[in-house]
Amino acid sequence: MASHLRKKLRKNEWKITIVDERKEHYYQPGFLFIPFGIYSPQQTVKPIKKFIPKGVELVQESIELVKPEDNKVILANGSHLLYDIMIIATGSDIAPEEVEGMKGAEWQKSVFDFYSYEGSVALAEKLKNWEGGKLVVHITEIPIKCPVAPLEFAFLADAYFKKKNMRHKVEITYVTPLSGPFTKPKCNLALSHLLKDKNINTVNDFAIMEVDNDNKKIVDYGGEEVSFDLLVTVPTNKGNAVWERSGMGDDLNFIPTQKHTLQSKLKENIFVIGDATNLPTSKAGSVAHFQAEILTENILNFIAGKPLAEDFDGHSNCFIETGNGKALLIDFNYDHEPVRGTFPIAGIGPLKLLKENRINHFGKLAFRWVYWNMLLKGIPIPFVPAKMNKAGKIFD
Amino acid sequence: MEKTIAGKTINVNEEGFMTDFGQWTKEVGEELAKENEIELTPRHWEVLTYIQDQVKKEVGLTIRGIGKSGIVDIKEFYALFPKAPLKTATKIAGVPKPASCI
Repeated sequence: MASHLRKKLRKNEWKITIVDERKEHYYQPGFLFIPFGIYSPQQTVKPIKKFIPKGVELVQESIELVKPEDNKVILANGSHLLYDIMIIATGSDIAPEEVEGMKGAEWQKSVFDFYSYEGSVALAEKLKNWEGGKLVVHITEIPIKCPVAPLEFAFLADAYFKKKNMRHKVEITYVTPLSGPFTKPKCNLALSHLLKDKNINTVNDFAIMEVDNDNKKIVDYGGEEVSFDLLVTVPTNKGNAVWERSGMGDDLNFIPTQKHTLQSKLKENIFVIGDATNLPTSKAGSVAHFQAEILTENILNFIAGKPLAEDFDGHSNCFIETGNGKALLIDFNYDHEPVRGTFPIAGIGPLKLLKENRINHFGKLAFRWVYWNMLLKGIPIPFVPAKMNKAGKIFD
Repeated sequence: MEKTIAGKTINVNEEGFMTDFGQWTKEVGEELAKENEIELTPRHWEVLTYIQDQVKKEVGLTIRGIGKSGIVDIKEFYALFPKAPLKTATKIAGVPKPASCI
């Protein structure tokens, strides 16, 4: 957003400040690959300073409190910033403490996450010497940052253990609180064979109550139990605690946001982007990218006193790794579930939607370069518009 | 696909979830409950109304969220709608089940 806006707003009229408590910026989609040694941890992290556009000030400090009524951000060091416009991009993070026993004695011994840098790195160490047994891949509750990542994890685990010639020693079970690994009828039809082919068991409608550390099992509210030797869970995802302290978030600390304009429902000069919103779309990075184009327009509209464009359609676009050098690609929005077709150029592709192939996999790996070199600098991806393009897609 | 229930024609998807909430009535809800072997009591209705309100407000539904709603605790939710309470309750309420991207 800072990159986009710095190009559009006059320097003598607008000062842009980024407040970020971290010194590093992480390529979070890369965390999925760290446990399997596909990416080294170093490939997913760069100093944040490298990405601050010219003419933008970086304040490296935690935020203690925001006072929207005073347009004021109070920092942990006691100083404060005043703003005319605030854009919230504080993201989401794991909160394992929300489930009894999850962050218990077995945390990072036989209970791991891969949604944090630390979790992924610790899991990579564990997998190196793990001798096999029951691997349970588990989602605590929705929403999570990337709803397909746990499925990708299960697929990659299958490939990883096959490559190590120990797949016969590992039983993989995928446990979800939803009605199944695929909840959209078209995806279910096109993709459910993947689990069968890869010999991955599924447990559905599992609402976790606790992690039993002594007996190494997870227990749901209905009394169902799943035993594990290695539990890889996606804990509850929550927004930043500053929103709880400031009384601005919902019960998971996500910011109530207008779904088509990205203006907050709290105050008109506060806007929200990415996984910090409470919007009913994916919390994945591609969504933030598409939102950025629309939000830039709306910030300019807001400054000019014009009505906001109701342009955000929930567009999301994700590569799904299926293991063995193949991947799927999905494209969807608020109104359309993932469909078959070609992407990004209608009729040509070269990528295919909702179909497993090698070129999609290379697309996913190439994306890390695109992220560091284009997205963070506010350079649009060729042929991929912010709104979902309907050409070249089969809607039935 | 179409289905006739409580003397009304309703549109449902492959899994029997209604696709047009405008077609839902209390009578339809009662019949859908019977198909799931549930006889609706006033407690069931409180939960169903809460679920419909949340969906209208576009608030995501989770078991934990319902447990924190003050309407029912999770134990009672399972007692009212056994096995997969969220799936069953959303089906009877005529709203989409909680879903993922795919």
